[in-house]
Amino acid sequence: MRYVIVPTVAFLIGLFLWSAEASAFCGFYVGKADTKLFNKASEVVIARHDSKTVITMANDFQGDVKEFAMVVPVPTVLEKDQIHVGDPAVLKHLADYSAPRLVEYFDPNPCQMNYPESRAMDMMAKAVEAPARQEPNTALGVIVEAQYTVGEYDILILSAKESHGLETWLSESGYKIPHGASKVLRSYLKQNMKFFVAKVNLVEQSKLGFTHLRPLQIAFESPKFMLPIRLGTVNADGAQELFIYVLTKQGRVETTNYRTIRLPEAQEIPLYVKEKFGDFYRDLFTQQVKRESERGVFLEYAWDMNWCDPCAANPLSAEELRSLGVFWQDSPSIKQRRGFMPQAQNVFLTRLHVRYDAAHFPEDLVFQETSDRNNFQARYILRHAWTGTDDCPAATTYRQQLRERYEREAHTLANLTGWNINEIRKAMNFASLTGGEDIKWYQRLWTN
Amino acid sequence: MGQYNDICQPDKSTFWRDPRLYQIASLSILLLYGLFWLDFDISIWQIVVTLGVAQLIQYAATRYFNLPVFDPKSALISSLSLCLLLRTNDLPVAAFAALIAIGSKFVIRWNNKHVFNPTNLALVVLLSSGLGWISPGQWGQVAWFGFLIACLGSLVVTRAARADVTLAFLTFYVGLLFARALWLGDPLTIPLHQIESGALLIFAFFMISDPKTTPDSRIGRNVYALLIALTALYVQFGLFKPNGPLWGLIACSPFVPLLDRMFPGARYDWSKPTTGHVSVSVPLSLSLQPQRRFS
Repeated sequence: MRYVIVPTVAFLIGLFLWSAEASAFCGFYVGKADTKLFNKASEVVIARHDSKTVITMANDFQGDVKEFAMVVPVPTVLEKDQIHVGDPAVLKHLADYSAPRLVEYFDPNPCQMNYPESRAMDMMAKAVEAPARQEPNTALGVIVEAQYTVGEYDILILSAKESHGLETWLSESGYKIPHGASKVLRSYLKQNMKFFVAKVNLVEQSKLGFTHLRPLQIAFESPKFMLPIRLGTVNADGAQELFIYVLTKQGRVETTNYRTIRLPEAQEIPLYVKEKFGDFYRDLFTQQVKRESERGVFLEYAWDMNWCDPCAANPLSAEELRSLGVFWQDSPSIKQRRGFMPQAQNVFLTRLHVRYDAAHFPEDLVFQETSDRNNFQARYILRHAWTGTDDCPAATTYRQQLRERYEREAHTLANLTGWNINEIRKAMNFASLTGGEDIKWYQRLWTN
Repeated sequence: MGQYNDICQPDKSTFWRDPRLYQIASLSILLLYGLFWLDFDISIWQIVVTLGVAQLIQYAATRYFNLPVFDPKSALISSLSLCLLLRTNDLPVAAFAALIAIGSKFVIRWNNKHVFNPTNLALVVLLSSGLGWISPGQWGQVAWFGFLIACLGSLVVTRAARADVTLAFLTFYVGLLFARALWLGDPLTIPLHQIESGALLIFAFFMISDPKTTPDSRIGRNVYALLIALTALYVQFGLFKPNGPLWGLIACSPFVPLLDRMFPGARYDWSKPTTGHVSVSVPLSLSLQPQRRFS
């Protein structure tokens, strides 16, 4: 991920020059966590306005592509034009742009100025993603509503009178249907859903020369603003991760049938976390999931796509957004003709992260768009102490307060991640940081 | 919520029988819990503005319409419910909601009853205008069970005379959700999860049960509850919109005068809770009374 460093620094400098607010961030980009932090993760982008919806589904399927198949309930029969294969780079850009981030601040010399909140830098990390679909099946008495080859995928749109037929048909067609899927299929069928089935066309794939599976996109019109997750829980061993990026015109999106919770943010944590931000974020997320009794949907990012502060990656261009389904903006060429910058407008991004299983998420996720345009980002702060040797009353006070601050940071970290506080103190090299002062005897008793 | 007794000034003996006191207590506790434990997206200022404007409008209307006594309780219930349900980033919007809620009680009237539940009307206006939103999923199990117990408890404690409409609605609504799940072959955890919303409880125990906007007779109230449950489910599963019960109530409220005509009963009085089992002549005589009733 280091390649992001240069453009990010450049963009930060740009921000510095451009905006007083952004000038508060005067540091440098430190790095970010890997995108593969979470196992069994899928990424979905939903662009929606009125009832027009474009869904982009990505996965990091690692096995033999011959084995790959996905079955997704969809509200309508899709024409070939409504199906598209997307560019994984755009999705990656979106993930980077909205990733949880780490920011660095440097304390100033207390002898030279009033002790302002130090500020400084940013870095970001990313949280991330992974696979997507599965669901093989078998069946009979099934109507193949449509059949297309799009890019490297063979697509079928199926409907059926009853779920057993669908299940048998899918099995006989070489899809491995998880045991227990029949009930869920039946429920979807009764709700008049169709099934979008995709598998890889090996010939097309070798012709196109792609080695990775590219994201599949579908566009349709439906009042249903939801994401079907039930099929994914049928045969899952353990919880699955899902990242949902929603692009809307009006404002933040939240789930209406599960609690949507903001992750803790703007917390100061020990400096050594810089080296293990990925671990930090993964454990923080796990801890928050536990706190919500494994039932929450977590908000990681909510921001107007026109800007960011600090930026983990530049905002997406109008073209990139269009490729993800943002249809409500003027095309870039029209804007340029009118003398506008070809920049995204009227696009609000909500990034949700959910860890789900059948026990805690019995229902599909249902969303609503709110008129809330307040920005939110999962941002964590490293604050470097001033290490100068100047002597003055302010410096003495500052040094005395440092110990408390380190202790507070250690507790924050333990609280956020569930890590052992003694190990945190050890990793912080607490004794030397606090000038050799030992921690109180009772602070060693309990681990957090 | 949003009812108030205009003609009978409660004396000490009837004061504690007023079910609104229990409602105010449970709504306040829930609001505090939501604010401090569930991180509801609502600022202290929004609460202050909502409660303040509601009382102000209630007071102004009391003076303007020359009502015998200023009674803050119903306006307080309406505004507490607004705080629990309405989300907005703008204080003027919160004030506007309180204005619509309390103002509508005095303005939109038919046959000496206000037509719409005040909170319901304010929420629907703000939802349709896009000025605010409701977060129906923000409750969590602990709050939900706690609140459910508090609500049921208050029914018992206060022997609320119009609990029938609440129970009828919950029976129809929950029953139909379970029936739908059985028809779809879904596990019953799904309907159980669907009813786990604080918004549904506030709706069932505080909005639909508002004695001042429900039909006067028991049979009328049961029919009313069924109509609302059906409309709510249609909004939820036919139109795929959240907050079905709110839309159901607003759509069915105009039918109350019709239901009152078909199934007459006694008009409700907060200080003398009744179930409406009164001879047919009573509502006629009430409706002929010249004095205005703004409750």
